[in-house]
Amino acid sequence: MTDHTEMLKQERNTPWRVELRNSVPGKDRIAIERVKMNEVEPLERIKSQTCEVNCGLTPEQALHEARRCMDCVNPTCIEGCPVSINIPKFVKQIEAGKFLDAAATLKEFSALPAVCGRVCPQEKQCELKCFYSEKMNKEPVAIGYLERFAADYERLSGKIQIPKVEERNGIKVAAIGSGPSSLSFAGDMIKLGYEVTVFEALHEIGGVLKYGIPEFRLPNSVVDVELENLKEMGVNFEKNFVVGRTASFDDLKELGYKAFFIGSGAGLPNFMNIPGENLNGVMSSNEYLTRVNLMYANQSDSDTPIMLGKRVAVVGGGNTAMDAVRTSKRLGAERSLIVYRRSREEMPARLEEVKHAEEEGIEFMNLANPVEYMPNAEGRVAKARFQRMKLGEPDASGRRKPVAIEGDIFDIDVDLVIVAIGVSPNPLIPACLPGLKISRWGTIEVNEETMQSSIPEIFAGGDIVRGGATVILAMGDGRKAAASMHRYLQEKQKK
Amino acid sequence: MNKIVEKYKLSESVFKFIVEAPMIAKSRKPGNFVILRIGDRGERIPLTIVDSDTEKGTITLIVQNVGVSSSKFCQLEAGELITDLVGPLGKATHIYKAGTILALGGGVGIAPLYPIVEAFKKAGNRVITVLAARNKELLILENEMRQWSDEVIVMTDDGSSGRKGLVTEGAEEVIKREKVDECVAIGPAIMMKFCAQLTKKYEVPTQVSLNTIMVDGTGMCGACRVTVNGETKFTCIDGPEFNAHQVDFDEMLQRLRAYKSEEDQARNKK
Ligand SMILES: Cc1cc2nc3c(=O)[nH]c(=O)nc-3n(C[C@H](O)[C@H](O)[C@H](O)COP(=O)(O)OP(=O)(O)OC[C@H]3O[C@@H](n4cnc5c(N)ncnc54)[C@H](O)[C@@H]3O)c2cc1C
Ligand SMILES: Cc1cc2nc3c(=O)[nH]c(=O)nc-3n(C[C@H](O)[C@H](O)[C@H](O)COP(=O)(O)OP(=O)(O)OC[C@H]3O[C@@H](n4cnc5c(N)ncnc54)[C@H](O)[C@@H]3O)c2cc1C
Ligand code: FES
Repeated sequence: MTDHTEMLKQERNTPWRVELRNSVPGKDRIAIERVKMNEVEPLERIKSQTCEVNCGLTPEQALHEARRCMDCVNPTCIEGCPVSINIPKFVKQIEAGKFLDAAATLKEFSALPAVCGRVCPQEKQCELKCFYSEKMNKEPVAIGYLERFAADYERLSGKIQIPKVEERNGIKVAAIGSGPSSLSFAGDMIKLGYEVTVFEALHEIGGVLKYGIPEFRLPNSVVDVELENLKEMGVNFEKNFVVGRTASFDDLKELGYKAFFIGSGAGLPNFMNIPGENLNGVMSSNEYLTRVNLMYANQSDSDTPIMLGKRVAVVGGGNTAMDAVRTSKRLGAERSLIVYRRSREEMPARLEEVKHAEEEGIEFMNLANPVEYMPNAEGRVAKARFQRMKLGEPDASGRRKPVAIEGDIFDIDVDLVIVAIGVSPNPLIPACLPGLKISRWGTIEVNEETMQSSIPEIFAGGDIVRGGATVILAMGDGRKAAASMHRYLQEKQKK
Repeated sequence: MNKIVEKYKLSESVFKFIVEAPMIAKSRKPGNFVILRIGDRGERIPLTIVDSDTEKGTITLIVQNVGVSSSKFCQLEAGELITDLVGPLGKATHIYKAGTILALGGGVGIAPLYPIVEAFKKAGNRVITVLAARNKELLILENEMRQWSDEVIVMTDDGSSGRKGLVTEGAEEVIKREKVDECVAIGPAIMMKFCAQLTKKYEVPTQVSLNTIMVDGTGMCGACRVTVNGETKFTCIDGPEFNAHQVDFDEMLQRLRAYKSEEDQARNKK
């Protein structure tokens, strides 16, 4: 730890940083207002599922925002970042106008900065720990916007640096699933010289980044560039391949794979088991979003059908719920409603998504919980019955627990209900690996330092270990697993 | 991309394909299915693996042309490629020596029934098979079924082949005649519903293989959910086979109609 602090200090004392710091007095920096993200107007953007809401910062805006950063002696923002990105360094590189260097700094820590700049809950991480939030009670430096700026600048400059890879060492390793955890694992292992294959069950690579998060938040083209880079570095992708089904772990070992990283995600949608939940017109957010994002069901040339709703209720308060409800608006709903059992404060969704949803005319019905769905004559959902809730004592997660207000029940007309109340780990892999230690929630148990499971050659990370978590945590797990798998394989070779 | 090696016409609307898929050929078990997609904007549709040849590295699929996606598949010829093919999915059929098996197949459901009949026979059971179709022209796999059955009873709606009548009539006759230890019924949902009612009356344990609507086939979406014994199950990972006497068929029939208007529109458009 001290080594790390020491290194940060040395970096901070490099002449260019000192000079830059002294070039603008602190009080002038503090006086600068936080930039506003350029956005497409709500009425315009809801016409299209693929129109990205945030347009990114211009170089002028980025320079301006970077200048706000005080380059603190004790950069607490880094503590807020799950992968400890050297935030002041990349921000100061932006202030110095060295945008490509800033991108390079980001890439030392994060495999997918253009993705994280768009989807990380910065307000709960780095920006929460920023000097401005902590000490000044002012708006934090827009670290997320700046991260996105640097990554986009590099991508659009056509000067993407493909990282150097070691000479192939002939050792085969596999990543299972192609979400952010596996992608970052694959990137690190290929750099170390391994032969890396990523196996994906679906017909598209990217995991939730492709089938879950809609293009108005994360364009596919941004993800595709990262995938292209990995391919160029030599990562092999096998889609339509369900590990445990198409081939077993033993089959893969026979094919020469020496170690495995499981990043199979937490794919299984939860339902509430209330009456009417299996009516037509009631579906999981995974189904709704997959039909749209993976199958393009909203486009006329797609063979996959989609159920359109005029009055759509989405149950839940997370990012998935926001994505589903905003998608329904884009697909023409007249009324799109979030139904959440706690209050606005407890909503797990990113602040920005909630703000965007409100701008787009999404209604929020907080402190309510569905208890039953009722059909029309054709058997499609027509009414939803809700229970009004109030907040009680804090629960284990520290959030105040919603409790029913006895007798306060009401109905709302709906023709589409989307259930977005969380996911459970996919049991497929645990089921075919009897020796694998599984928690009581169905997640894979690993050593937190090494990401190694109870089977030595199997490592795991991302949502299959954490339950539903975040892109950046998944990515961090992938990197940690790569480092320790490398150590593991090297030691094994010595023996 | 998987290459179609051979194609046969089994009836006016049913085709048999032999498809290159060496990994799946090796790992599949009776009862498993694949999901495939034709074309860049194709739908993911589930089809049962009817047979496989591990030496040639091929699997056999039998598909009935009922709508847009199945028709796109039926139009492909030997030598052409299937855009995406993944499997084997679903739980395998529990095959064991039960004694006497009554196998009931209706329409294209005869295709998924075939590997199960074969496996039960190979496990040393007496197998009586009842095949039902609307007419002679739509009856498939009769000869193949005879190879693995001790007896085959054919029923058609119009009497153009075998006897005139429904699959349940043939089944009831067998159950009344001799002791049946287990029944397997596969066909249209409505047929399975009536088969389940029949065998429940006679207390014959019965398996059905459900053909719910699916998207991913890996447990990710819940489109395939059914109520079994009062609990919600996902057909793609908990099934496709379930205890027939516990399945809520009315709900399943309702759910199969979920996209009816969209499907009708799509058929008329293309
Ligand atoms: C709609 C939605 C919105 C979200 N928004 C945000 C956000 O704004 N910010 C944020 O930080 N996080 C967000 N998340 C959460 C985030 O996306 C996940 O935490 C993250 O993607 C988990 O990554 P992962 O690597 O564990 O795998 P996943 O992205 O879950 O991918 C796992 C992949 O593994 C495949 N797979 C599973 N089993 C097998 C097998 N046996 N063989 C082969 N392949 C297999 C699956 O098909 C899937 O593609 C969101 C999630 C959803 C669903
Ligand atoms: C486990 C399983 C195994 C199956 N095995 C076979 C088989 O061996 N041979 C065969 O011919 N058929 C089989 N089916 C059914 C086959 O998948 C459907 O007939 C096909 O998807 C219809 O698509 P369509 O676009 O041609 O028809 P559509 O016009 O879309 O619909 C026609 C009918 O098919 C059903 N259907 C529509 N979309 C789907 C979908 N994505 N998944 C499932 N059903 C759907 C609808 O309920 C409708 O009643 C199986 C289904 C399941 C779930
Ligand atoms: S088909 Fe999606 S969960 Fe079964």
